[in-house]
Amino acid sequence: MFDYENLKLIWWVLVGVLLIGFALTDGFDLGAGVLMPFVGRNDNERRVVINTIAPHWDGNQVWLITAGGALFAAWPLVYAAAFSGLYWALLLVLFALFVRPVGFDYRSKLANTRWRQSWDWGLFVGGVVPALVFGVAFGNLLLGLPFRFDDTLRSSYHGSFWQLLSPFGVLAGVVSLSLLSLHGGTWLMMRTEGAIAGRARQAAVAMAVLFVLAFGGAGAWLASGHVQGLVISSNLDPQLALNPLAKTVVSGNPGWMGNYVRHPLTAIAPVLGMLGGVLALLAAAGRRASLAFAGSSLAIVGTLCTAGFALFPFVMPSSLDPASSLTVWDAVSSHKTLLIMLVAAGIFVPLILCYTLWCYRRMWGRVTTAQIEQNAHSLY
Amino acid sequence: MISESVVDLSRLQFAMTALYHFLFVPLTIGMAFLLAIMESVYVMTGKQVYKDMTQFWGKLFGINFALGVTTGLTMEFQFGTNWAYYSHYVGDIFGAPLAIEGLMAFFLESTFIGLFFFGWDRLSRKQHLAVTWLVALGSNLSALWILIANGWMQNPVGAEFNFVTMRMELTSFSDLLFNPVAQVKFVHTVAAGYVTGAVFILAISSWYLLKGRDIAFARRSFAIAAAFGMASILSVIVLGDESGYEIGDVQKTKLAAIEAEWETEPAPAAFTLFGLPNQAEQRTDYAVKIPYVMGIIATRSVDKQVTGIKDLVIEHQARIRNGMQAYALLGQLRGGDLSEQTLGAFNQVKKDLGYGLLLKKYTDTVVDASDAQIEAAALDSIPGVASIFWTFRLMVLSGVLMLGLFICAFWASIRRNETRKPWLLKWALFSLPLPWVATQTGWYVAEHGRQPWSIGEVLPTHLSASSLSTGDVWGSLLALAAFYTVLLVIEMYLMIKFTRQGPSSLHTGRYHFERGAVLPHGPLQGAI
Repeated sequence: MFDYENLKLIWWVLVGVLLIGFALTDGFDLGAGVLMPFVGRNDNERRVVINTIAPHWDGNQVWLITAGGALFAAWPLVYAAAFSGLYWALLLVLFALFVRPVGFDYRSKLANTRWRQSWDWGLFVGGVVPALVFGVAFGNLLLGLPFRFDDTLRSSYHGSFWQLLSPFGVLAGVVSLSLLSLHGGTWLMMRTEGAIAGRARQAAVAMAVLFVLAFGGAGAWLASGHVQGLVISSNLDPQLALNPLAKTVVSGNPGWMGNYVRHPLTAIAPVLGMLGGVLALLAAAGRRASLAFAGSSLAIVGTLCTAGFALFPFVMPSSLDPASSLTVWDAVSSHKTLLIMLVAAGIFVPLILCYTLWCYRRMWGRVTTAQIEQNAHSLY
Repeated sequence: MISESVVDLSRLQFAMTALYHFLFVPLTIGMAFLLAIMESVYVMTGKQVYKDMTQFWGKLFGINFALGVTTGLTMEFQFGTNWAYYSHYVGDIFGAPLAIEGLMAFFLESTFIGLFFFGWDRLSRKQHLAVTWLVALGSNLSALWILIANGWMQNPVGAEFNFVTMRMELTSFSDLLFNPVAQVKFVHTVAAGYVTGAVFILAISSWYLLKGRDIAFARRSFAIAAAFGMASILSVIVLGDESGYEIGDVQKTKLAAIEAEWETEPAPAAFTLFGLPNQAEQRTDYAVKIPYVMGIIATRSVDKQVTGIKDLVIEHQARIRNGMQAYALLGQLRGGDLSEQTLGAFNQVKKDLGYGLLLKKYTDTVVDASDAQIEAAALDSIPGVASIFWTFRLMVLSGVLMLGLFICAFWASIRRNETRKPWLLKWALFSLPLPWVATQTGWYVAEHGRQPWSIGEVLPTHLSASSLSTGDVWGSLLALAAFYTVLLVIEMYLMIKFTRQGPSSLHTGRYHFERGAVLPHGPLQGAI
């Protein structure tokens, strides 16, 4: 059951689970940061927004950190080639994320208005930049990244940060930015009340419309066949430890539609993404906060699966040297490491889900300006 | 071939970001434990002052923790951004403890820390206490896993080179886990964290006592810090990192550098207290030596030798020549010659492949290296002695000073007369920087002493870097330095502001600045 081929597949699923976990949890944190200047009109209202996520943002962010660690352990070549290649994009994300831990904790420590407004800007940027850049990165994965390996498997990248901002890359960025902002909006609908919840609802409606248009647009762009996909053209044995350069890869598979044609059931991913967006839109318009949050969560799962299913078995296609493209079969760690990591994930992921849910339940409820005023010195 | 300047700049960036990160980490590890102890006393005795202590020191803990998280983000991704070849070459082994650290430790620590700060009114006393202990457990577990990863860089056990995938692969997870170097490092490092937390609380409590403020609060904090610090500093020193220096060749080389021992001396070797190491001439000028001491400290025996640098260089020359053979055979294997003879020959010398790679700095093809190049590469296998020699002594000096402080502070707190010893309170206050001096120099010794390897005897540092341009790394280095420094200044400002306010910052109405009048040492304050 846990032969090498299956483990390779399981780890493809698990990396997906970690990314989805990140987008579902840290996603509404980032989204709340993006919406904060629009939803919170004064300091107390902005503190309400921040305090809906205050007890959770740090735990949520660990999904990203663990996804980084899991990528290192399970797909070391992807970790190496992607992060060194996308050097400035990743640094941009990191610098934006730097502001959040300190912003959350330090903002309320001084009453000075300029101090607090500066941190508000910081938290806004800390939400927008990662939400945008993650999408741009995924868009560029579909386009292929200009990297190659030499025969010792040293990777080199032959592009610049600005080249990532191609029309399709930017469109993918809009997909993720609108999606995570929508998620933040539906979260705030559930966790705030009155005028703040009302503005969160308006923001959620606007972001849901934008998401549906951008997601549909990106799908149409791919379906039109202007983006070239790849196909493995040599035989490879998934049970073996493989060197990525040992395979041959050719262009073909226009718009990465091959998997959807061959396995029509996989089309459930884009359908769910779209339905989730529409559900969030309708529920937000109808003031059904929990349903809207379910819709935005569904949209996140659908969107990430859409990209993953389209690319499979590729995880990091190369536009420069197709043979250097990384796939679930040859970017992976050894059988032993995958197995040990599976055991670790099998023990800890359920445990993490349990105590995370317990923490959310303990802190559940709507945050109000009255609470902020009463606990001005202990809340964020 | 990557340029020297990219490697040097990447090293500088890694050193800077890691040392910055480690300004905050030891305080988190130590204070998390101290907070859990204070809250335990609160839950057991029901005395409000212990809850106030947990909340006030928790506030300072939070200010520190935020920057620990911020600077930690960089560390998780920096292997990929700047050390891509390293990530490929050893990710199969090195990535696992990092991922498990996330799953087992970071989630625990970070999920419950939110409840530590915001759950006081939502949880029962016991539930909140459990949360605080889980935060402490999480931060300790994260230290365990990252030190397993780091211990493997120093002493890479349980792994083997695979010529198909061109990387090291895991052969034994239990070897990785129970690597003696990792175990020693873990105990030494977390105990150093406990000392950091203890000195921090001891120094600030002493300042309140010197100022005559919040006496009852400060004395109780002083007592807990003194007792906890006493136990911790003994662990740091007795279970010192040095006990790990006889394991593995890289550690041996590091030990010789720490002691500036150029020649192998008859056992037990003398300890060089002071001197000026001269690497070019391979001798230590003006050395002041204490007979026997080093041999006993380093080998825990009177009859084992500590190998000197000159002998290590000769050993390494032979291994470099073996490494050249390994590299040549690797070329044949990759060329398709999979005969049993070639495989057998490769397996015999592949443990020295890393030494062969040291020659990459001089010749890309390795196999055609001249004798002069081999000699140069062997000399490269010894790190810069003088800086290691001095930082090690600075670390030990700081440790000894803190040991003295904790002995006096512990004794005074047992006798309950610390408020009558202003000299002790001043000593404690001025000792505040010492744990940071010790931890920063300690990491310098551990990591600079590992050079020229990123993975001891397996992968040279100069091959580990990403294929970036000098401009890229200059840009990120300067941006990180600037941004971190701004954040550090803000953090220090808040730390000092809240330290000055003291427990009055809790706005409970029970403390110094909230009572209008400034009271001298009076019975009133003692009665809280």
